[in-house]
Amino acid sequence: MRHTISVLVENKFGVLARISGLFSARGYNIASLAVSETLDPTISCMTIVVEVQDEKILEQIKKQLNKLIDVITTIDFTKKEHVERELILVKVNYSVKDKAKLENIFDKYVGKIIQAKGNTAIIEAVGDQQQIKQLLEKLNEFGIKELIRTGRIAMAY
Amino acid sequence: MTGAEILIECLKREGVEVIFGYPGGQVLPIFDKLYDANLRFILTRHEQGAAHAADGYARATGKVGVCLATSGPGATNLTTGIANAYMDSVAMVAITGQVKSFLIGNDAFQEADVTGISRSITKHNYLVKDVKDLARITREAFHIASTGRPGPVLIDIPSDIQLAETEFIWPKEVDIRGYKPTLFGHPGQIKKAAKLIMNAKRPIIYAGGGVITSGACNELKNLVEKLQAPITWTLMGIGDFPATHKLSLGMLGMHGTAFANHAIMGSDLIIAVGARFDDRVTGRLDVFAPDAKVIHIDIDPSSISKNVRVDVPIVGDAKNILGQLVEEIKKSPDISEWLNAVEAWKKKHPLKYKDEGKIKPQYVIEQIDEATKGSAIITTEVGQNQMWAAQWYKYTLPRTFISSGGLGTMGFGFPAAMGAKVGCPDKTVIDIAGDGSIQMNIQELGTCIANKINVKVAILNNGYLGMVRQWQELFYKRRYSQVAITSPDFVKLAESYGALGIKVTKKEEVRPAIEKALKIDNTVFIDFHVEPEENVFPMVPAGEAINRIIGGLA
Repeated sequence: MRHTISVLVENKFGVLARISGLFSARGYNIASLAVSETLDPTISCMTIVVEVQDEKILEQIKKQLNKLIDVITTIDFTKKEHVERELILVKVNYSVKDKAKLENIFDKYVGKIIQAKGNTAIIEAVGDQQQIKQLLEKLNEFGIKELIRTGRIAMAY
Repeated sequence: MTGAEILIECLKREGVEVIFGYPGGQVLPIFDKLYDANLRFILTRHEQGAAHAADGYARATGKVGVCLATSGPGATNLTTGIANAYMDSVAMVAITGQVKSFLIGNDAFQEADVTGISRSITKHNYLVKDVKDLARITREAFHIASTGRPGPVLIDIPSDIQLAETEFIWPKEVDIRGYKPTLFGHPGQIKKAAKLIMNAKRPIIYAGGGVITSGACNELKNLVEKLQAPITWTLMGIGDFPATHKLSLGMLGMHGTAFANHAIMGSDLIIAVGARFDDRVTGRLDVFAPDAKVIHIDIDPSSISKNVRVDVPIVGDAKNILGQLVEEIKKSPDISEWLNAVEAWKKKHPLKYKDEGKIKPQYVIEQIDEATKGSAIITTEVGQNQMWAAQWYKYTLPRTFISSGGLGTMGFGFPAAMGAKVGCPDKTVIDIAGDGSIQMNIQELGTCIANKINVKVAILNNGYLGMVRQWQELFYKRRYSQVAITSPDFVKLAESYGALGIKVTKKEEVRPAIEKALKIDNTVFIDFHVEPEENVFPMVPAGEAINRIIGGLA
């Protein structure tokens, strides 16, 4: 199961290496990672999505994260009411006749064509896991040439 | 003040009495200031020796051990010692020089990414990028190293920072928002634990190194005596509780006593204090102590429910928690039947060896125990020597058994003995070594002689890397692959350094040699030629249930 964890850390060099090292040393793969400064510029927020089968391993990960001196707090969204979003950029095959069809898709999903040139269009879209998945299925009909995802960010109520 | 002066002022204010280390190009400014700093410095013969000596000093005294080395190879040579301290939760501050800030990352001469290399073997580490941070960082380093679950902290200081000047400001307090160890146990959890204890029929206390770190030996003794329950301990927990006490079962685990292993397997309640259910202790996990509920007292939340499922976790300092727990236990459970069963195991499976033929290593240790009346500080190397030293010496005091538990570092014992002797000059310090291990840091003989640090080294010389040979004998059909090892003439070697060497080949020479070594005011190597193929028993094969004990004598 995929779990989303946010880690508030000191905004200093080397902290990302400590966090990622903790995962890599135990052979856990990070599915996605988003890092940025918070309202307080001395604190960074790292949102980590990790795939673990066992609750026990998730518990160990959280404890190990908390053990790091530079970690201020961790938030596990697994059992928390929260919203999650991810931004994607998608390069798809494009011709002028597709424009209406594409724009039609964005009635249902949050996204738009940022740039269309020749036979290629770049699309940006935002959504939760499910929405992004469905949108990508739809865009697949046009032929996806390239995909970049920011990784998930999350916020609890 | 310059960075180097600030560092030395900070060390003094932290109460540092001695630094173990080695100079080099990128620590020249520090060594220049050490020249007139009035701080004791022990120049080792290898940086690994410095790290282990600082470790041994810390374990023997309970203070923070400090080691110092230059950049690149100096720092990488420290790393085994740092990893060793990390695995055994030893308070240590390691200071390394680094190439000048503006050269970092340029593959400069003697450059290594030391904060990167040491990240996973330190509790925390720092690369100092501004001299203004140095006092705060040093203060934090000592605080982090010595509080909570202790561990090594490394400070990497580029040489230009050592020379840079700033005003010295000593931070009054340390406040790290991400680091606030829990010291007091949750009262509700302590009540729950007390309830389990009062209803237990077959309780056992399982104590680890955390008891010594916390200074909780008296509180532990109060608990044992209130419950009149049997107690067993880990390798790191040796010295938690007097081995001579009638309720003591000795060490458990792979080479623990058979009765300790049977007792923990048959228990219905394990009271774990400052121990982490290591694989060498639990054996096969899914069949470990099947009927037992578990109370786990530990200062490190990540130790709890890591290996064994815990019923009542109590996070905090063992001394505080044990004190409160004893008060919460209103009436001791009636466990006389259980004690009879434990007593029967003790009678049926005593710790023993066949004392015949050549000198038996166990006999040597028994003789050392008698000659020192169980009051010496014993350090060990790793392997058979370590297990025999754990089994056959009767430790009654904390901080008298110093051994590489978690990492299992051969070559640890001799420099650790040196550090222990520096910290406790009035104590007799003996390294129980093997002929293999002693050769891994034998260069420290030079350090002992030059600094008049008189330690005794008992080499159990069997011509083999004994523990590996034992495994090859038992599990690899006696195919002895690269385990026969030659040694120099240890007597001549000791003499060449200015130490005394004694060779012992007959049983009747054992005790007189020990007595002689103890009397002489010098470092002594005693080369005991022992039975070459003696095995450490009892033994539980790796990955087996902890009561599946092999060895004819077990």
